[in-house]
Amino acid sequence: MQTFQAIMKIWRGQFLAAAVIALFLTGCNKPSSAPGVGGDTIKVGEFASMTGSEATFGQSSHKGTALAIDDLNAAGGVLGKKFELLMEDDQSQAGQPATVVRKLISRDGVVAILGEVASSRSLEAAPICQQNKIPMISPSSTNPKVTEAGDYIFRVCFIDPFQGTVMANFALHTLHLKNVAVLTDVKSDYSLGLAKFFKEGFIAGGGKIIAEQNYSGGDKDFNAQLTSLKSSKPDGIFVPGYYTEAGLIALQAKQLGINVPLFGGDGWESSSLVPIGGAALEGDYFSTHYSPEDTSPAVQDFVKKFKAKYKETPDAMAALGYDSAMILAAAMKSAGTTDGAKVRDALAAVKDFSGVTGKITMDANRNASKPAVILTIKNGEFKYVETISP
Amino acid sequence: MNIRHAKTFLLGAIALSFLVSLGANHINSYWLFIAYDIGINIILAVSLNLINGYTGQFSLGHAGFMAVGAYTAAVITNQFGEMNTFASGAVFLSALFAGGLLAAVAGLLVGIPTLRLRGDYLAIVTLGFGEIIRVIFQNMEKVGGARGLSVIHDWTNFFWAFGFAAVTVYVVTSLVHSTYGRGFIAVRDDEVAASAMGINPTKYKVTAFVIGAFFAGIAGGLYAHSKQFITPGGFNFMQSIAIVVMVILGGMGNTIGVIIAAVLLTLLPEFLRPVAEYRMIIYSLLLIILMLTRPQGLFSLRKSPAK
Amino acid sequence: MSEFIQQLINGLALGSILALIALGYTMVYGILRFINFAHGDIFMLGAFAGFYLAPKVATVLPTPSIGSGLAVMGISMAICAGLGIVIERLAYRPLRSRPKLTVLITAIGVSLFLEYTGQFVFGAAPKKFPEIIPVYPIMKLGGLSVTSNQIIVLAVTLILLLALRFIVLKTKIGMAMRALAFNPEAAALMGINTDVVISFTFGLGSALAAAAGILFAVNYPAIDPLMGILPGLKAFVAAVLGGIGNLPGAALGGVIIGVTETLVAGYISSTYRDAIAFGILILILLIKPSGLLGKKEIEKV
Repeated sequence: MQTFQAIMKIWRGQFLAAAVIALFLTGCNKPSSAPGVGGDTIKVGEFASMTGSEATFGQSSHKGTALAIDDLNAAGGVLGKKFELLMEDDQSQAGQPATVVRKLISRDGVVAILGEVASSRSLEAAPICQQNKIPMISPSSTNPKVTEAGDYIFRVCFIDPFQGTVMANFALHTLHLKNVAVLTDVKSDYSLGLAKFFKEGFIAGGGKIIAEQNYSGGDKDFNAQLTSLKSSKPDGIFVPGYYTEAGLIALQAKQLGINVPLFGGDGWESSSLVPIGGAALEGDYFSTHYSPEDTSPAVQDFVKKFKAKYKETPDAMAALGYDSAMILAAAMKSAGTTDGAKVRDALAAVKDFSGVTGKITMDANRNASKPAVILTIKNGEFKYVETISP
Repeated sequence: MNIRHAKTFLLGAIALSFLVSLGANHINSYWLFIAYDIGINIILAVSLNLINGYTGQFSLGHAGFMAVGAYTAAVITNQFGEMNTFASGAVFLSALFAGGLLAAVAGLLVGIPTLRLRGDYLAIVTLGFGEIIRVIFQNMEKVGGARGLSVIHDWTNFFWAFGFAAVTVYVVTSLVHSTYGRGFIAVRDDEVAASAMGINPTKYKVTAFVIGAFFAGIAGGLYAHSKQFITPGGFNFMQSIAIVVMVILGGMGNTIGVIIAAVLLTLLPEFLRPVAEYRMIIYSLLLIILMLTRPQGLFSLRKSPAK
Repeated sequence: MSEFIQQLINGLALGSILALIALGYTMVYGILRFINFAHGDIFMLGAFAGFYLAPKVATVLPTPSIGSGLAVMGISMAICAGLGIVIERLAYRPLRSRPKLTVLITAIGVSLFLEYTGQFVFGAAPKKFPEIIPVYPIMKLGGLSVTSNQIIVLAVTLILLLALRFIVLKTKIGMAMRALAFNPEAAALMGINTDVVISFTFGLGSALAAAAGILFAVNYPAIDPLMGILPGLKAFVAAVLGGIGNLPGAALGGVIIGVTETLVAGYISSTYRDAIAFGILILILLIKPSGLLGKKEIEKV
C-alpha cells in the first residue's frame, strides 16, 4: 500500500538510529527518596476517590479516617506528636493513584499510606509503597493480590476468599439453599472476587449455581437480568455488590414476584440501603464487620462521634477507614518510632486489636483476620443473625 | 517546525532524553513520573492531532487504541522475568511495537466507518468504538477483566517516554509536510475539492487513523510500564476527552501548540491539588470559556478553519 | 413465553424513558445540527429538582398522590426548561456560526461542568428519591408482573409525545420550528425570530428530559449526579436510530434500544449490555445513516 510506503520512506534510517540507541539503554531507574518525619507532626498520607464515579465510597472511607485522626490527636497523638493527615484525591481514575502516592511519599515525606477502597487502585499504589518501604494499609480493598504486592502492604478488611466462603457456608448450612443464582457487578473487582469465591465455596459444599447474570455498577435497571434469573427458579440470589444496586435489585426482584432471599457482602452495609430497597429487603442477609446492636463501647462511641461530626450513620467503608488509621497509630505506638521498617514489623505483629470492625489479628499474609457478622433486615433495621470466625 | 530541521530535532531529542534518563536517579520520583506522563501525553496528543487536527476527522476514541497497546505490551512483557539491560530493552521495544501494531489494526477497523461519516456522527461512533474496546477488555478473563492486570516490569523511563514522543512528533510533522502528506490537510480543508484534485480522501482518512492509533498504542504500552497496573476503566471516555482537550487547547493542526498543551494539561492538575474538590469544575469551566473565546486553540496564530 | 413477554414489558418501560430523552436530542439536532452532549445531565438535574421539590410539595398537597406527582413533575420540567434556555444562551448561542466541533466540545464541557458541580452540590452518594406517586399493588397476569409505575411511565410518555406532536404540528411556534429545521436562512428571511425559536426548542427538549428524569427516579429510586451519562448516550443512539431530527423516529428508536438491550441482557449476555447501544449505533450508521424514519422531511423539527 502506498500509504505504508510513504511512512516507511520517512522512517527509513532515522528510526533505525533510534532503535539502536534504544538497545543501549538502561532498563529502569529506582526512585531515591528517604522519607523523613518532618517537624513535630507525624505525616500520614491518604489517597481516596473523593470525586468521580466512585466518589461516594472514597468520601465515606475518608470521613472515617479523618475522624480517627481527630480522635487520635484529641488523645494527644502518639510518641508525643500529633498526626497530620495529607489526603489526595485520585478522582476514581486509573493512573492517578500511582501519581498521588508518589507525591505523598517523595514530596510530602509521609511515613505511612492509607487507602484505597477499590482494589484496582490499591494495586497501583502498593508496588510504590513497597519500593519505598512505606507501610500501606488499605481500609477496604478485598482482592487477595493487594497484599501480595509486598511485605509492607496490609489491610483491615476481609479478603474475598474469606467473605465468599462465609456466605457460601451461610447459604448452605443456615439458609439450607441448594440452587442459587448469582448477580455480579462486572465493573467492580470487589464484586467479581466475592462472586468467584462464593461460587467455589458453594459448589464445594454440594450446592449448585443454577444461573449467573451480570450488571455494571451504576446501572439502575435490573429487570432483564432478574426476569431471566426468575425463570431458572433459584432458592436464593447472591448479590455481591454495593448498597445502591443491592437496594434497587431487591426492589425490582420483589416487583417481578421473586420471593426468595437475596444475600450479599459488606458492600451492602450502608444507612442508604434500606431507604432505597425499602420493604423489599425484608428477610435478606449480608455479611459485614460489626453489628450496630453491638454494645461494645468502641462501636457505640464510634457511631456516636461519627454522627456528631458528619450528621450521618457510618457505613462499613467509614468504619474500615477509621480502623485503618487506628491500627497504624497502635503499631507506631508499639514500635516506638515512625520508621517504616519498624512500623511494618509492628503491624505484622498486630494481634487482637479491638477495632470498630471487630478483633483484628494480622495473619502471615498481612490480611486482617477477624470474624464476620451476618445481619438480616427486619422491620427496616439490621438485626444480628450469627458470627462466623475465620 | 521547519521540516529541514526535523531530523536534527529527532536525533537531538532522543540524545537529550537518553542523557536525562542517565541522571534520573537524582530527580524526585514524583516529578520524574509526572515527566513520564508528559511524554506519554505528548505522544497521545500529537498522534490524535494527526487524525483530528490535520485530517479533520473528529475522533473521541483514542483511549481505546491506548488500551489495545497497553494490554498487548503488558501481556508480552509479563512473560519475561528479570533480565539484563540489553535484553529488557529489546523485549520492551518489541512489546511496544506489537502493542502499536495491534492498535493500528484497531485503528483500521475504526477508520472504515469514516468512509461514510463526518463531523459529530463520527465523533460519536469513535466514542462508541472506544467504549466497546473497553467493554471487551472488561470481559476478557485472561487479562484480569475488570479486576485489572498487574504489569511486572517498570521499564518506562525518561528515554523511552521522550524518545517515542520525539519519534511521534517527527513522524507526524514529516508526514504532513511531505508531498504525500499535504493530502491530509487537503482532505480536512475541502474533501470535495481534494478528491477533484485526484486525492483519495478515504485513503488519507484511514491512513491517519492507522498511524494515530499506532502511536496511541505505543503510548498505552509506555503507560502500562509506568503505572505497572492497568484496568479497563482507566481507558474510558474521560481519558479520550482529556486527549481531545489537549489537541483543542493547543490548536488543531498545530503540533507545537499541542505539545505545549500536553505539558500544561499534565501539570495543571498537579498544581490544582490544593483545591482538589473544585478541580474538575475548574477544568470544565476552562474548557467552555476556551471554546467561547479562543476556539482555534490557545497557541494558534491562525484563525480556526471556518466551515 | 411468559418470560419473553415479561422481558418485552421491561424493555418497553425502559425504552419509553429513553424515548423521552431522545426527543430532546432530536429536536435540538433538527434545528441546530449539533449534539447537545449535556442533555443527559439535564435529565439528571430533572431528577434532583424533583428530589428537592418533593418535600416542599408535600407541605401543600397530600403525598404520595397523583396530584403531588404531577406537581413535582411540572415544576421540575419548568425549572429544567429555564435551565436549558440559559445554557443555550450562555454557552451555545455565541458559537452558532462556529464549526460544529467547537460546539460539541463546549457541550462536553457543559456536561462535565453539570456532573462535577452536581457531585459538589448534591454530594456524590446516591440519594433515595421520595415516593411522589402512589405505588399500587402489582398487577399479576398469568405469571407476568406489571407495576403501576411502569404503567405511569408508559402513559406519561404517550401523553407527552402527543402533546409534543400537537405543539410541533398545530401551533405557530411549532410551524416556526419546522421552518427553521427545513431552512434556517429562509425562515429568518420570512420574519421568524430564530433566537426565540431556538430558545423554545431548548426549553421544550429540557422539559422532556426533566420529565424523563422524574419518571426514571420514580421507577429506580436512587439518584446520583452521574446518572445521566449512560441514559444520555443511549438516548442519543435512539435518536440516531430513528433518524435524527425525526420525532416519531426518536420515540421508536428509544423503544427499540430499550427492548433490544433488555432482550440481549436477558437471553444472550448481560455482560455486554453497555456495548449493545453502541453496536446498534455503528450498525445503523453503516447501513442506513439517515436512520429508520429519517426520510420523512416534513416531520423534521
